[in-house]
Amino acid sequence: MLKLDEIQKRLLREVADLHEVPEGAYNIRSNSASAGRQSTANIEIVSKEDVSGLEIRIKPGTKNESVHIPVVMTQSGLKEVVYNDFFIGEGADVVIVAGCGIDNCGNQDSQHDGIHRFFVGKNAKVKYVEKHYGSGDGSGKRILNPGTEVYMEEGSYAEMEMVQIKGVDDTERTTTAELAAGAKLVVRERLMTHGDQRAISTYVVKLNGADSSADVVSRSVARDRSFQKFDAKIVGNAACHGHTECDSIIMDEGRILAVPGLEANDVDAALVHEAAIGKIAGEQLIKLMTLGMTAAEAEEQIINGFLQ
Amino acid sequence: MLELKNISFQVDAEGKDKEIIRDVSLTIPDRKLVVVTGPNGGGKSTLAKLIAGIEKPTGGQIFFNGQDITGLGITERAGLGIAYAFQQPVRFKGIRVLDLIRIAAGKTLSVSDACQYLSSVGLCARDYVDREVNASLSGGELKRIEIATVLARKAALFVFDEPEAGIDLWSFRNLIEVFRKLRGDIQDSSILIISHQERILSIADEIIVLRDGRVVNHGARADVYPQLIKAETDVMCEGWAGSAEKGGDA
Repeated sequence: MLKLDEIQKRLLREVADLHEVPEGAYNIRSNSASAGRQSTANIEIVSKEDVSGLEIRIKPGTKNESVHIPVVMTQSGLKEVVYNDFFIGEGADVVIVAGCGIDNCGNQDSQHDGIHRFFVGKNAKVKYVEKHYGSGDGSGKRILNPGTEVYMEEGSYAEMEMVQIKGVDDTERTTTAELAAGAKLVVRERLMTHGDQRAISTYVVKLNGADSSADVVSRSVARDRSFQKFDAKIVGNAACHGHTECDSIIMDEGRILAVPGLEANDVDAALVHEAAIGKIAGEQLIKLMTLGMTAAEAEEQIINGFLQ
Repeated sequence: MLELKNISFQVDAEGKDKEIIRDVSLTIPDRKLVVVTGPNGGGKSTLAKLIAGIEKPTGGQIFFNGQDITGLGITERAGLGIAYAFQQPVRFKGIRVLDLIRIAAGKTLSVSDACQYLSSVGLCARDYVDREVNASLSGGELKRIEIATVLARKAALFVFDEPEAGIDLWSFRNLIEVFRKLRGDIQDSSILIISHQERILSIADEIIVLRDGRVVNHGARADVYPQLIKAETDVMCEGWAGSAEKGGDA
């Protein structure tokens, strides 16, 4: 942490709510190098030898511990692909906070592609929080292409909160998951694009085991001339429950494409998809204005609430 | 004090001008509870929207405490102390009941202060304060939350558009108490309620009857209320007479 400058510290606050060195296990990556790392008795963080990235091993039965692995980039023109693997032991219950902040003041593109693989052990529970943020007024783009693979064993539970609210010019996010019997996956995605940004989010969730379930919900706002594509597919290969929802507010000249996909390969697979795209309802604006807000304040309040 | 001077409101209905409000002039004095009643489609809700600034009159002027507010928008009128409770409350994804009450109060309200407003409309505050104002709430719950947010405004004029709509009988009794208490508390402000309900009419200081966009009666409750009851009885008796005649023909 001592090696971080003010911009890097600000990025850390944005993506990981970190004001100081986090408790528990952590690895802070700054401009493609580790700026600090700590393992604990139950959580081991080691560098991969063949490619750039980390192996994070969480011992079976580890409870109420957290892992922080934020990434900050402030050098214009940096491009990196990082492979992080999480092994979450049987019966563990942990929180993992990732996230990437890019500040690009230069004229070259900065790009971070984080490929995260989660191996969630039997009856283990994990909450994963990932925030993406961009800042800086250079002409170089801020690009983030996260790939997330989740392999869930019997009876495991994973909750993933993925947020990208500001400043990322281009993103292609791919999330795949495979669930064994009784496993449950909950995804909450929050996305806002502005300017000429482009965001593509693709999900393929395979419910392979009996009584597995998935709930994938995306809320997004497309402002200015930005474009978003939400492509969510749930495949039911057993007696299972799958629900996917895309709820979007469109503003200005923004464009949104929602592509619902359900595939049932078992007669007891129950799959539901919901998608709604629309501008802010006029009556919502009016209601907040009758409480004293200006139209612009009301708009911000509605969007902030929607993306919470 | 609110004054409407020769207010008209026309809309374009299939290429023809349709008059919703026709040359309405009236005054809502301070420290009064005034109920606007009348048949459906008579222009009552439109009148409330014209006062709140949601609709703009096509003719006439509106004065609030002596200031011409005809050209002012919704926000400016809210800033002057006009509070308006929707007949059909609006739902919001992600905005909590607490958020809405805090916005209404215009300041950082403690959770316990916010809860008092919910309790006053008969909602167990603890169960509701963190709920989102979304589709998970029933119509009756939303309606009571709507009334609570308006009570949280320190308003100079409270406008309630059919507050009884969607509220069950038990809660309705509490609602009357809410208005009775508000009536007791107001100093330099006034209350305008749009309602069909006898119980609400019975606590009014003044009653205005609006029919076909016109004020057909306006006066103290003691004068207007008996006429309303008589008019209703007459209509019912005409109905009976009509059906009796038909029966006779057959």
